[in-house]
Amino acid sequence: MTQTPPVILSAQNVDIFYGDNRAVKNVSLDFRRGSVNALIGPSGCGKTTFLRAINRMHDFTPGARVAGKILLDGQDIYDPGVDPVSMRRRVGMVFQKPNPFPTMSVFDNVVAGLKLTGVRDKAQLMQVAERSLKGAALWEEVRERLNTPATGLSGGQQQRLCIARALAVDPEILLMDEPTSALDPASTAKIEDLMSELKKVTTIVIVTHNMHQAARVSDTTSFFLVGDMVEHGVTDQIFTSPRDERTEAYVSGRFG
Amino acid sequence: MTSAATPTTARAPAGLSPARRFQNTVMGGLILLATLIVVAPLILIFFYLLKEGIGAMNLNFFTRVPAPEGETGGGLLNAIAGSVEMLLMASVIGVLVGVAGGIFLSEYPRHPLMPTIRMLSDVLAGIPAIVMGLVAYGLIVLKFGFSGFAGALALGFLMIPIVVRTSEEVLKLVPLSVREAGLALGLPKWLVTLRIVLPAAAGGIITGVMLALARVAGEAAPLLFTAFGNPGVNLDPRGPMSALPLEIYRGATSAYDENQRLAKAGALLLITLIFVTSLLARRFSRRR
Repeated sequence: MTQTPPVILSAQNVDIFYGDNRAVKNVSLDFRRGSVNALIGPSGCGKTTFLRAINRMHDFTPGARVAGKILLDGQDIYDPGVDPVSMRRRVGMVFQKPNPFPTMSVFDNVVAGLKLTGVRDKAQLMQVAERSLKGAALWEEVRERLNTPATGLSGGQQQRLCIARALAVDPEILLMDEPTSALDPASTAKIEDLMSELKKVTTIVIVTHNMHQAARVSDTTSFFLVGDMVEHGVTDQIFTSPRDERTEAYVSGRFG
Repeated sequence: MTSAATPTTARAPAGLSPARRFQNTVMGGLILLATLIVVAPLILIFFYLLKEGIGAMNLNFFTRVPAPEGETGGGLLNAIAGSVEMLLMASVIGVLVGVAGGIFLSEYPRHPLMPTIRMLSDVLAGIPAIVMGLVAYGLIVLKFGFSGFAGALALGFLMIPIVVRTSEEVLKLVPLSVREAGLALGLPKWLVTLRIVLPAAAGGIITGVMLALARVAGEAAPLLFTAFGNPGVNLDPRGPMSALPLEIYRGATSAYDENQRLAKAGALLLITLIFVTSLLARRFSRRR
């Protein structure tokens, strides 16, 4: 990289509460365009909570509240003037378990974000479907069965279908919540390989329990522990010479 | 809506003492007896109607209206047509209102009105059918006279709580992760509900509607003073209409053999239809 890409997402003093419980404490982070950023830490450390704050999924959790600022391209996504629905089109999400829409075909799943909001142009939808499925490294496997039910695909294929579905609306950021934890090693490897391609078109924030995965795929790593972000830095540095002894203890497998 | 576990024969495992083996046999026998007592009325009714009614179920039965008192060769075309048309209209009411209620209860569990609506829906389910008939009587008949529409309205009201309950339950079975996937895609909640969650629950909702139809198809009481009955075939929902339960009532209380036979054939047809609907509903819910 000759020149540092601009910051696309900036969290500033973010606190997240569930009722009175402060699940994430004063987290400040910058993610740069076109990077893969891993959030690691033991269960219950707040990494998924933080991830879900980035596309306002907490809006649907009773009692959840976010304080501080999360700037997407300089604009606070929690600003009262921001429409959460259109904001979520800019921040895609892939979940822990593959969750294709059960009644839809492979094709309809991929273009759901466009088709359900009124895009009718067949040629355009086909073009988007092909581009997204190629982007998710699934095209060759499903090109002959675009009209078959999505639930007929294997788990790994379904997860890549979910990635394709998220890519179809051209998100600026793609959030991934332990995207390979429900998959076998071969499917996991495919998705990890995919990430280096995906960061050419989007920015990835991935929550993972698997430290080897974080080390393999990410450019930056943030280590969370009981709601605090202990350390954030370039992945190599976090794994080889962490500044905080708690980070070192975790990445060397002494707890967690 | 899945069937209960297949009952296995109560067979005592080897190595039991004779006393316990005896106890096991006696208890198994008692349970079998209780089951037979539960099923017996259905079987007796069905075979009685089959024996008495099948003779009257000829071509005339399906193509003619009841003959004048004391004459033979009539049928129940008026009642069949009226029942079919009123049930179709009732389904429209029951499905529109019932599914909307189910969506509200399942998708907006934190809405302040939710507990009230849930309670009212449960109360509605307990209201006697004849009272529903009175409601339709007050709403429609007093102003416009007896009509098939008034009957359909009463039947539709009866369907609502059943459809509300079943659609709420099957909507809740759609995984939260599917809703989240839609929302994370930047789709508004109403679109996620209508285009993603509702289709995923469609099979179960259809099952609920069919069970509700089977439940109200045999109602005579709410039709007595709404649809009123009609000796001829009437397809105009603004006029009085006949229905199978009404003809069964009239035929069964008639002094003429011919009318009684028609009533029994009508009852047989009704039970068969309800039986088939229930079977179809089961098939539907199992296929999903």
